[in-house]
Amino acid sequence: MIVNLYPVKEFRLPIIAECINPDIFQDKKLREIEKLEVWEGNKRKSLGELFKVEVAEAEGTPEATVIAIHGDVSRVRRIGAGMRSGEIIVKGDAGMHLGEEMRGGKITVYGNVLGWAGSMMRGGTIEIHGNAGDYLGAPYRGSTEGMNGGKIIVHGNIGNEAGAHMRKGLIKVYGNAGQFVGFRMHGGTIYVQKNCGGRAGACMTDGTIVVGGFLESVLPTFTIEGMRKKVKIEEGEVVDAPFYLFLGDLTENGKGRLYVAKEPNPHLSHYEKLL
Amino acid sequence: MELLIRNGFVYDPINGINGEKMDIAVKDGKIVEKVNERRAKKIDATGMVVMPGGVDIHSHIAGGKVNSGRLLRPEDHYKDFERKTAVTRSGVGYSIPSTFTTGYRYARMGWTTVMDPAMPPLEAKHTHEELSDTPIIDKASYPLLGDWWFVLEYLGDGRVEECARHVAWMIKATKGYAIKLVNPGGLEAWGFGRNVRNLDDQVPYFGITPREIIRGLCKVNKLLNLPHTIHVHTNNLGKPGNYITALETMRCVEDLAQDDKPVIHITHCQFSAFKGDDWRTLESGAEEIANYVNAHSHVTMDMGQVIFTDTTTMTADGPFQYILYTLSGNKWVNHDVETETSAGIVPFHYKRKSYVHATQWSIGLELALLIKDPWKILMTTDHPNGGPFIAYPRIVAWLMSRKAREATLKKINPKARSRSLLPTIDRELGFYEIAIVTRAGQAKALGLKNKGHLGVGADADIAIYNFNPETMDPSKKYKAVRRAFKRAAYTIKGGQVVAKDGEVLKHIEGATMWLNVQTSEEAKITEEMKKRFKEYWTVEFENYPVSEDYLAISQPITVKADV
Repeated sequence: MIVNLYPVKEFRLPIIAECINPDIFQDKKLREIEKLEVWEGNKRKSLGELFKVEVAEAEGTPEATVIAIHGDVSRVRRIGAGMRSGEIIVKGDAGMHLGEEMRGGKITVYGNVLGWAGSMMRGGTIEIHGNAGDYLGAPYRGSTEGMNGGKIIVHGNIGNEAGAHMRKGLIKVYGNAGQFVGFRMHGGTIYVQKNCGGRAGACMTDGTIVVGGFLESVLPTFTIEGMRKKVKIEEGEVVDAPFYLFLGDLTENGKGRLYVAKEPNPHLSHYEKLL
Repeated sequence: MELLIRNGFVYDPINGINGEKMDIAVKDGKIVEKVNERRAKKIDATGMVVMPGGVDIHSHIAGGKVNSGRLLRPEDHYKDFERKTAVTRSGVGYSIPSTFTTGYRYARMGWTTVMDPAMPPLEAKHTHEELSDTPIIDKASYPLLGDWWFVLEYLGDGRVEECARHVAWMIKATKGYAIKLVNPGGLEAWGFGRNVRNLDDQVPYFGITPREIIRGLCKVNKLLNLPHTIHVHTNNLGKPGNYITALETMRCVEDLAQDDKPVIHITHCQFSAFKGDDWRTLESGAEEIANYVNAHSHVTMDMGQVIFTDTTTMTADGPFQYILYTLSGNKWVNHDVETETSAGIVPFHYKRKSYVHATQWSIGLELALLIKDPWKILMTTDHPNGGPFIAYPRIVAWLMSRKAREATLKKINPKARSRSLLPTIDRELGFYEIAIVTRAGQAKALGLKNKGHLGVGADADIAIYNFNPETMDPSKKYKAVRRAFKRAAYTIKGGQVVAKDGEVLKHIEGATMWLNVQTSEEAKITEEMKKRFKEYWTVEFENYPVSEDYLAISQPITVKADV
């Protein structure tokens, strides 16, 4: 079943629509989908009031439910929250808390997303072809339940504090990243292909952060461990370039691994003397 | 307004009524002999349990510490929130709900009186602001006086009567209800980065021991004729082997008891009933404590039951909270309240599979079941330290049903299960005993004359639960008990139906009770004292006392003291 959603207007108020979830849409008729509850600002609305809904059930369509959103939904929060299966495709920008606490399935966004995408996720895949906001894969404010599985791929840039409190899973960024990548991380892998803001891996206790581009400085609480010729990101993806390997964060007695590419970071060469 | 509750099974332990089918008449917020049957609004309670409104002797619901906890835990609010309705206001929070939500949730379960047990005198105004904001329930607060400089000095010099006059002034100034001691002596020592290890350890710079503080304030309590006893959070709380401290604390005031009346309340006793040398050898000390309490009549205590959930611990016991932080590595707040007390907050997750947490769960229930007299052991979770108060229905089910306990036992840490005493305990409480541990006993221990019973003249605070004890066996149908207590069929507060089937129908204000202790001679507010206020406090002496108009609905209780 494919469900097409078309925003009926340009949204000006924040909309909370956790009902946009393949598990909820599954086996529902058009009428039932239109009646699902959403909040626009402080008003309770039905999904049908904000979106034109089309259900296509032609032969040859995939078995799992696919939701395709056509248009800008950057004001719509919690799309795909808690989803376990199926697929969501957003052809436009998406709002905050995309795929929050997601456990399975796939979300693809052909646009930018705002903060907290993949927050507290446990499984599944999120692929973002544009940029992502702050707190990518990080838990809600105050919470320590970070990302615990699954995969987030961002083809653009990301904001600050990506992968905070992360325990398992993979975040791959093919653009630049902001500050505090992998803050208080306990496990899993974060790969930033281009440049990375400061304080990468602050307070990390375990896990891997790989920075392929420029990193202004390594925190003083990291110690150099050695040089590595290449780093494996995941099965079938190996970055073949020399890397410095740092261990830390010692303030937390951490043994996390921070790989920083040698070539774009000549200012780190003084660490080589310590080897 | 008149109200007639018909045909319920009434459990009113203070008046000795055990499940009799009878009518309860209410007029102008009080229970009366009878009302005009034609005019009165009738509530049909056929096949339902009717009890006095619940009373909670120890639940942290307001004050600086609770509010810091709210600030510390946005994630606690994110997962649990309530939307506003036509009558209720919105609110958030699971383990530390906002003031409105606190009032509504208590009312939904049939609780109508709640005591906030830890008010740093300096933060009395803040505490009363929050209490005034908490709807429906009646409430009061206990000022923390166990480490108050003046008390330490008076007692150090042996000037008990002067201390009593000073405490009377303090209770009036803070609009408090009872004397609270938290880790007596230890909090003052914590100001210097230390703690006291036992009852005879010296408090630095004061030359006084915890034993002298406890005994001294116990005497003060008697001189002032306060309705409640001293409310004690023992030394060494939360440390393996501390059951000996708990026993010693009870023993040290044994000789001050008269006519079998209690003189000390040991609060959240579960946290003070650990046997063993360290966390690995931790065992339950519930049996020893229960044996002592069964043989003595000068003690009351409450459980401090642990619930397997994510909660927020908060006590005035700064050193203990520091230990908890080092154990858990969680974020934390620790605070030294000037010359008065300290405080600490650490989020904590009690896990079934943890040996220590599962043992703690077992200890709480063992205490409640091994202590034979239900008037001596009251039901609390030390909200939110052992778990949020919304877990009370689960504790009621555990107490009433061996089957419910076994169902949970199956799921806990196997080592804790094999060492637990629970499988050897067959006792199952009935509704009469549940009414004691959740309301009558609590009201009696607090000395609340108009609460916790349904006799003529009592406040018309009534809870009706949809459970038929004639046709259903609570020990088998424990899930039905849980459901019934979770959503009271009716909660009546001051003669008004405030909640029905778990829905709040009315937002009314509850009163704040405080003691107007009348001494024959006022405490001397000396120039010396004012000078010290100037030197050591951030608040001027003149701004320190809470005036009566600060309370939204003030309900003073006059007490005639012997000094």
